[in-house]
Amino acid sequence: MALSGIQIYKLLPQTNCKDCGFPTCLAFAMKLAAKQVELSACPHVSEEAKAQLAESAAPPVRLITLKSNGHEIKVGNEVVLFRHEKTFYNKPGLFIRVRDDQPADAVKAAVAAVDAYTVGYVGMDLGLDGFAVESVSGDAATFAAAIGAVRTVSGRPLVLISKDAQVMAAGLGAVDGEQPLIYGADGDNWEAMADLAKQHKAPLAVIGSSLDELAELTEKIKGKGIEDMVLDPGGRDLSTSLVQATQIRRLSIKKNFRPLGYPIIAFPCDAGDPARESVLAAQAIAKYAGFVVLGDFSPEKVYPLLVLRENIYTDPQKPIQVQPGLYEINDPKPESPLLVTTNFSITYFSVANEVEATGIPTWLMVADAEGMSVLTAWAAGKFDAERIAKSVKTFNVEDKVSQKRIVLPGHVAVLSGELEEELPGWEVKVGPREAVDLPAFMKQVL
Amino acid sequence: MAVEIPKDTWTGEVHAVTLGAIEADGGTRTKTVTVGGEKTLPFMHFEGETPNAPVVAVEIKDRRPDDWSPLLEEAWGSAMDDPAAWAKAAEEAGADLIQLSLSLTGSDGNPTTPQAAVDAVKAVLGATGLPLLVFGPGQADLDNELLVPVAEATKGERLVLGLCEDKNYRTIAATAMANDHLVIARTAMDVNLAKQLNILISDMGLPLERILMDPTTGALGYGIEYGYSVMERLRMAALQGDAMTQLPMIVTIGIETWKTKEGKVGDGVPEAWGDWKERAINWETLTAVTLIESAADIVVLRHPESVKRVKAAVTDLMTV
Repeated sequence: MALSGIQIYKLLPQTNCKDCGFPTCLAFAMKLAAKQVELSACPHVSEEAKAQLAESAAPPVRLITLKSNGHEIKVGNEVVLFRHEKTFYNKPGLFIRVRDDQPADAVKAAVAAVDAYTVGYVGMDLGLDGFAVESVSGDAATFAAAIGAVRTVSGRPLVLISKDAQVMAAGLGAVDGEQPLIYGADGDNWEAMADLAKQHKAPLAVIGSSLDELAELTEKIKGKGIEDMVLDPGGRDLSTSLVQATQIRRLSIKKNFRPLGYPIIAFPCDAGDPARESVLAAQAIAKYAGFVVLGDFSPEKVYPLLVLRENIYTDPQKPIQVQPGLYEINDPKPESPLLVTTNFSITYFSVANEVEATGIPTWLMVADAEGMSVLTAWAAGKFDAERIAKSVKTFNVEDKVSQKRIVLPGHVAVLSGELEEELPGWEVKVGPREAVDLPAFMKQVL
Repeated sequence: MAVEIPKDTWTGEVHAVTLGAIEADGGTRTKTVTVGGEKTLPFMHFEGETPNAPVVAVEIKDRRPDDWSPLLEEAWGSAMDDPAAWAKAAEEAGADLIQLSLSLTGSDGNPTTPQAAVDAVKAVLGATGLPLLVFGPGQADLDNELLVPVAEATKGERLVLGLCEDKNYRTIAATAMANDHLVIARTAMDVNLAKQLNILISDMGLPLERILMDPTTGALGYGIEYGYSVMERLRMAALQGDAMTQLPMIVTIGIETWKTKEGKVGDGVPEAWGDWKERAINWETLTAVTLIESAADIVVLRHPESVKRVKAAVTDLMTV
């Protein structure tokens, strides 16, 4: 049962030594009660207190790690139901399914394409996390061979799929020393699967057709000494999967219900239709999945999903920003044009990418708009003529450009009069509203 | 092991808002559409009622637009030259509602006239029996100049007039009130701004049952997370009993999606973006379904294939 902050405080050293990073033991206790810190942040807690606190200090959704040579993915450890309450921490892993009845060459080609895939988004390189290798043949050697084929082209973490313990044992043998996810244990095979999980120190996915059945199974498996589990509650349609994922997250966060305090694995790959698969995967990303298994790989399918994952897992308290300043794009000269935008990173990268693609040498002045987009910043009074003029001075723009002409984003065309007053001797031009229209504008107008 | 499922108990509910009026009620629509009425968070059927499914509005324009993606031109073809034909095509594509956006200028380059706006609206009303939403071009003065005569010429239709914003809501709300129409209150991704505008409009005497709110969203990759969270917060406030948030929500996903580079452009983009058409449709569909799951009641879309996918998802989500 979860302890209150006061109950936890009584078990702490009560010395207010601040070694945990909090000003008092009480403050630390409150954070522990809210599951926002780990007990290990306190170096002085007694072994006895540790044992008592272990249950209370554990995160409501257990942290699960998959490992392979040089790769690692962590999911779980979430503390809220809604991202605005704090943030979502560990992005769900996106895995591509391969089957052991496919020819080895086909497996290798598919895996190599996924392994090499990266796509740029606001200055980051996004990619997929690993592979779910499924035994369709039911044959141990075939399964091991398929896993071997994957490993010849990619070292990324794996989910191994078979309900046959002998087949699974062969699969685990093919990646000895790694920590793949074993999928999985159900009412029939759980003892043998738990043994394998223990032997290989690998997390175990537990499959149930209802939350009742799942909770019963995880308790039995825990009784065999397995701590790291992942849940498949069985829903494969949008309605059932949303309700199940929500119920599991609520039970973990609000009730600290341990038998279901594990990440969820979702299988949009079972949708049977690529359009429906994308929608199921998007739901899994936003609504609480820890692992998402896709049926096959295509860039037009995974790029939107990777972007959605970034967006949903952005910390709502900290909008992603870039440093305000005068940016040089395509090696500008003093006579090159000058554009201005805000320091919201999506805005900055949209503009910078377009300008870069034109090849036109350009100065891009990024004003400090507290990380907001042009329209939002303008509405909030964080991107006005005064601020833009101030940026021109702060970044010594007049020393760098010979042509006193500044291009405003079209959304803030209303600022041009004021800006002319703030910047005497400057010409103010209004650019397009959207970054995507910049190349045409720059070629025609500048 | 019997797991006791925690159920949220909510004291508030969202107003049900009916769009369009049939002949017996003073309009000419062959059907009406009711949205809202939720007593729980989206699709939590086990703890409360979601009496009305989210619906899809398809955006059309009064004339062929100059700046729409070639993919949309390919999808709608020559129907784009005639708002009546376009409305029919949208209905055939599965639209629950038609959203007509009036252009800033006619094809001759001159500002759209009130007469042209009225003609376009009447043509659309004549071509389809679905409820209609009419948006001005998005410039306060012209919006008022066009929407007032449109509202007067269609009295009793229960059209939805958009968009009321904090700097320009009085004229549109007043004409909606006088002519039995509805309005959309749009604010910039902020719970308090949304409440404030709803208060201002309802203080004028327009009942809450005739107001939809648009909390604004960005497309996937361009700020969807702001729309997503503000909608979750607004819906929770509504269910907790905050009267000024208990309005159905509408988001204009089509325009947001199709102005992004991912939607608009096929050439000169990274190879890692994949097939243009499928990517663009995914972009619109995923933006829509993600926001429906965070409480949108009406999504406005542009591509017929997205309409099909989003409607299929809604059917799935509404299955108990």
